[in-house]
Amino acid sequence: MKLSGWGNYPRIECRGQSFETVSELRKMFAEALETIPRGMGKSYGDSALADHVIFTRRFNKMLDFDRETGILTCESGATLSAVLDIFLPEGWFLSITPGVKSISVGGAVAADVHGKNHHRAGCFSECVIFLDLMLPDGRIMRCSRSENQDLFRATCGGMGLTGMILNAAIKLQPVASSSIDETIVRCSNLDAIFDAFDQYDKTAYSVAWIDCLAGGSRMGRSILMAGDHSNSGPLDPPRAPGLSVPFDLPGLCLNTWSVKLFNELYYRKSPSRPEHRVVSIDSFFYPLDGIGRWNRLYGKNGFTQYQLILPPEAGKKGLRRILHRIAESGAGSFLAVLKLMGPQNNNLLSFPMAGYTLALDFKIEKKLFPLLDELDNIVIDHGGRLYPAKDVRMTRSVFQKGYPKWKRFVQLREKYGLSNKINSLQSKRLGI
Amino acid sequence: MNVLVLGANSDIAYAVAEKFANLQHADITLASRNMELLEKKEADIRTKYGVQVRSVYFDALDAESHADFYKGLDPKPDVVLLSFGVLGDQEKAQADFNAARRIIETNYTGAVSILEIVAADFETKRSGTIIGVGSVAGERGRRSNYIYGSAKGAFLIYLSGLRNRLFKNGVHVLTVLPGFVNTAMTEGMDLPGALTLQPEDAAGDIHSAFLKKKNVVYTGWFWKYIMMIIKAIPEFLFKRLSL
Ligand SMILES: Cc1cc2nc3c(=O)[nH]c(=O)nc-3n(C[C@H](O)[C@H](O)[C@H](O)COP(=O)(O)OP(=O)(O)OC[C@H]3O[C@@H](n4cnc5c(N)ncnc54)[C@H](O)[C@@H]3O)c2cc1C
Ligand SMILES: NC(=O)c1ccc[n+]([C@@H]2O[C@H](COP(=O)([O-])OP(=O)(O)OC[C@H]3O[C@@H](n4cnc5c(N)ncnc54)[C@H](OP(=O)(O)O)[C@@H]3O)[C@@H](O)[C@H]2O)c1
Repeated sequence: MKLSGWGNYPRIECRGQSFETVSELRKMFAEALETIPRGMGKSYGDSALADHVIFTRRFNKMLDFDRETGILTCESGATLSAVLDIFLPEGWFLSITPGVKSISVGGAVAADVHGKNHHRAGCFSECVIFLDLMLPDGRIMRCSRSENQDLFRATCGGMGLTGMILNAAIKLQPVASSSIDETIVRCSNLDAIFDAFDQYDKTAYSVAWIDCLAGGSRMGRSILMAGDHSNSGPLDPPRAPGLSVPFDLPGLCLNTWSVKLFNELYYRKSPSRPEHRVVSIDSFFYPLDGIGRWNRLYGKNGFTQYQLILPPEAGKKGLRRILHRIAESGAGSFLAVLKLMGPQNNNLLSFPMAGYTLALDFKIEKKLFPLLDELDNIVIDHGGRLYPAKDVRMTRSVFQKGYPKWKRFVQLREKYGLSNKINSLQSKRLGI
Repeated sequence: MNVLVLGANSDIAYAVAEKFANLQHADITLASRNMELLEKKEADIRTKYGVQVRSVYFDALDAESHADFYKGLDPKPDVVLLSFGVLGDQEKAQADFNAARRIIETNYTGAVSILEIVAADFETKRSGTIIGVGSVAGERGRRSNYIYGSAKGAFLIYLSGLRNRLFKNGVHVLTVLPGFVNTAMTEGMDLPGALTLQPEDAAGDIHSAFLKKKNVVYTGWFWKYIMMIIKAIPEFLFKRLSL
């Protein structure tokens, strides 16, 4: 079968198998020469791609929920949206959620995903009480902050390269309603948005849409969206999936001009003074999940997301250089998001660290990769790094500079017999 | 309401069980052979929907055990969903009658054995619903799976006769005709994406056909028209096709 990540690039022929019991998986590990776990395939690039992949789709049972503590024990193929469907109407929400809910719990752990509350709550691993991990030799290891800590630190953020996450116990947070009190703040340039992030630091959630094509004095103009859970209001079940984009649109639909136009309209339609409103959890956290398969908007050549992070002080300068370079190149990014992140954790390869993260979607075209190589240099010069869950082209040296603990990761892979058994296209490219 | 799911480890059956637990707060009895898997499914349904769930060992091929199996159920079911089945290997079944027999006995003989016991109970109670999962493969024989197809075809005829018999007693019999569904049975096959359903979607079709008291339902609806065409092809032409 042909598989790709969410970016539809690259698209390769793979052999895929799924399992529903531990014994089936053990047998697959024994028989496969080399393989990689695959959840819902929402990583953008080649993190879950290899000649042989093992789907967790059918290994998705919920095993226990403790209504006193909010701790859910489930199999790794369970999706975040299944968790919300069941538990949001009962007043429980994910402690940490990325901007997409159709991902698996295993994928959330393996990428140690972050959400709009990273500045206060950290990465997904913060809500993980323990994991059960199957190594390729069939051994099952319970991993937590107190048991097999080395494997826990490597598995959270380890992009599937430490074995198959079987079960996870994750802590949900109680919420009084399924609404969010949102404040929208229009910021006319980069300094204004930096200030706004500081000002809204106490708000649980914050993120900004940024116009990456505006130059000069308007460079970095943005709209900050900050929110807290409402204290009152109904507990509505999540929205059902909406319409889907039925086929690949011609890549032409997204070009500099359409993006410029969109950005202008989007910026102008937002209120010039901070405005408050009450919105649903779905529209606040998962605006794009309303349109199925929107990745087809980018045409059949696919797209990628370039997500970087820079430490706070050097980062401000670095971001200016990056935005300048992008505006100059005219490579329009339809989706551009900026966020102030909290401190980094102790996991070997987790992406977030204190500073600013910028995520940009780009259509795959010839001139793109040279531009991204240039941006890589700016990122590394300012002490930053790129997010593996979005990546499809970073070089080994850019990776190693960004992730100084990579050597420990490689040693751990050797120690547990993982190096030759579990690999993705990405792990081979990055040399881990 | 109690729903008995025969062959509960089938992906389609399990998705239907979830619909009943979720939308009707029905209690569920899961019956199949692989108990390791059933017990996980039991925990899953209980955790998600808070209904009563139990797992019971059931082997369609062991007809001798069926009467005791059904006698042991307390409470008795109001709805029985029969979804076990094996596709088998057509070429192997051509060469080895034991392989053919296993396909026939699972999909047909085993189904008749257990459903007669259920039918007797429902007939005296004068209520209940029997949902039998057949296959579009049972509507016309093809060289690639006619042993499986013929067993399913026999099962379809059986269900229509059973419906005819139980109708006057107020018992509803629903025949389900799945086209392609993405499950363990079809894993690794190159199925046409646009014609292939996810188990949840097939389950949605089955559950709403149950609510509407339909006699026959195709999952998805377009298979009805595909099969109309396939059934209309004259035999002299059909035998030349490689389907
Ligand atoms: C629209 C959109 C918005 C997003 N927003 C965010 C965001 O806000 N923040 C953020 O952090 N990320 C975000 N992401 C990225 C996404 O959350 C991650 O890529 C996540 O890992 C995807 O999970 P998945 O189940 O689809 O995993 P896949 O893409 O299938 O796999 C991702 C990685 O996880 C590994 N993996 C999956 N399951 C297991 C398992 N059971 N055991 C071991 N390894 C496993 C795979 O090997 C692979 O390396 C977004 C993605 C999209 C498409
Ligand atoms: N998938 C499709 O495209 C498709 C198309 C048309 C029709 N169908 C029919 O739809 C039904 C469900 O299919 P599916 O795809 O969900 O199948 P599936 O996932 O392969 O499940 C079939 C289940 O039947 C059970 N089973 C097999 N032999 C049994 C026996 N002797 N006794 C008890 N249980 C037995 C097995 O459970 P245990 O492991 O517990 O034994 C197995 O999990 C089948 O009847 C199939 O023929 C499927």
